[in-house]
Amino acid sequence: MYSKDGEDYFIVDSHVHLWDGRKENQKNIHGQEFIDCFFDYHTNLSPDSEKWSYEEYVYYGGERLMKDLFEDGYVDHAIFQSTMLMEFYKRGFSCSDESWALTQKYPEKLTYNHSFDPRNGEAGLKQLEADAERFNLRGIKLYTAEWFGDSRGYKLSDPGCRTYLEKCLELGITNIHVHKGPTLKPLDRDAFDVADVDAVASDYLDLNFIVEHCGLPRLEDFCWIATQESNVYAGLSVVMPFIHTRPRYFAEVIGELLYWVGEDKMTFSSDYALWTPKWLIEKFVDFQIPEDLSDYAPITTAQRKKILGLNAAALYDIDVPEHLRLPTTAGVAETEVAPGAKQAVAS
Amino acid sequence: MSLEAEVLAALSTVLDPELDEPITDLGFVRSIEIDEHGVSVHVRLPTSFCSPNFAYLMVSDARDALRRVEDIGRVHVFLDDHHDSEKINAGMAADAGFRGTFGVEAEDSLDELRLIFQRKAHTAAMERCIEDRLKNSGLAVSDIYRLRLRNLPGGQFKEALLRRRATLGLDIAPDSSVFVDELGVPVPPDDIPLRLRFAKSVRISIEGNSHFCRGLLATRYEDEEDLATRITNTRLVTRSAS
Repeated sequence: MYSKDGEDYFIVDSHVHLWDGRKENQKNIHGQEFIDCFFDYHTNLSPDSEKWSYEEYVYYGGERLMKDLFEDGYVDHAIFQSTMLMEFYKRGFSCSDESWALTQKYPEKLTYNHSFDPRNGEAGLKQLEADAERFNLRGIKLYTAEWFGDSRGYKLSDPGCRTYLEKCLELGITNIHVHKGPTLKPLDRDAFDVADVDAVASDYLDLNFIVEHCGLPRLEDFCWIATQESNVYAGLSVVMPFIHTRPRYFAEVIGELLYWVGEDKMTFSSDYALWTPKWLIEKFVDFQIPEDLSDYAPITTAQRKKILGLNAAALYDIDVPEHLRLPTTAGVAETEVAPGAKQAVAS
Repeated sequence: MSLEAEVLAALSTVLDPELDEPITDLGFVRSIEIDEHGVSVHVRLPTSFCSPNFAYLMVSDARDALRRVEDIGRVHVFLDDHHDSEKINAGMAADAGFRGTFGVEAEDSLDELRLIFQRKAHTAAMERCIEDRLKNSGLAVSDIYRLRLRNLPGGQFKEALLRRRATLGLDIAPDSSVFVDELGVPVPPDDIPLRLRFAKSVRISIEGNSHFCRGLLATRYEDEEDLATRITNTRLVTRSAS
């Protein structure tokens, strides 16, 4: 929990990782390139006081994670989002076993989300069933740009992927996190394109689609889709650190998201260890839209509380102490879209 | 104009399609070497994971632009430090085209992708001009439908808008409407408030990417003395003498 000026905030960090980018886990040069790219993100967007050394960054382990998130970082609950990248790393980029072991040790604090790849066909479906049972899955994280043999990506709307989404429905995996953001290497099969989210969100109203990084290179496409689909959410991973490097841009993005997507459909995350949550939470609670950006209403305390934790808590049925709760429509299927945007669409 | 200046001018016509800025301003041109035989240019990007379709577009546009420089000789453009450097460089050397470069991974040409971003660039340029009018003149949102190109004051916003319209083949006559859709059709007055709002998010999106990429490039190449392009010219005979 974070407290400031007499207000208490229940914090859910909805996108964290425990990764192993060390040399011995790299399968090829791309493994090296990937962790280097992450390190550049970290270096470029963190305040100087929060920067890690490269050696710390490539592998930091579970103890450090617990300290950074829960002791220093004000986080009440965190959700692991798997990033497998099996073409780049021998055991995968995410330390699945270690993450799961931590989750079992601290079930009140941690939730584990696994992944699937629809290009694994029938065998992958069976694996998904087994994983759902083993990990008691409520959520899944997908990298539509992930390489797989000759393929450099897939779409959620591909028939093969729909079969998997239907399986998720059957297994009670209701939260589908999709990486739609910077980095990664689509070709003309454009893995940044968020149009595939649109197609499946209308068809699977009982699934929640959390678009991680808000499709950032294509913010407007994401906003347009989220306006029309009640079950599409803005995952703020990678958006958050702009609060430090470019506060005006951050204000514009948050302003746009509040307008198009709404305060009940936005979820905070640090994307740890890309960034640590502590400074992001402190800055966000203090943050206000600059007065001259007059298109946007000031951010309210209630909006901050929902974004920082209450929305994600609703999606994952995380128990929030009574005095910290606020009503949110997060996780409710077929709710109205964001009021500002709805008005705009109607006009 | 010196040959170096001509080469730079040619490269400055090449835009990052997603950021809508010249690769020369973005620091993407690492080096230019001119010698007796021709010119070699090395291009670098903010991360090795920049998408290969955009990388390919920039590298092939750079090659085409350089080939238009008179008497330049042989043109070589190389992409450095990218996960697809080898493929793209081999494809460039063989003039293989996008499909020929990437084989089974590429489904078609990149024209459609390019068009998508040209349209976004136009939308953002239009929004900048209109926001400027809303802020600095008596114009109200309800009046935007009456705004003509001739009502826009000169300056970089207007120039940028005219350039984007020309790229898309849209009307640039002084009496044409400022607020038009991607095909150049004036947007009906009732639709303007929402479309303007959307145009704003397009503009924010492009500006944000630009900031992100500049930052990453600076981080990635921070060991290099500066991010300026290194230019060498060992060509002995100038064209005026030949």
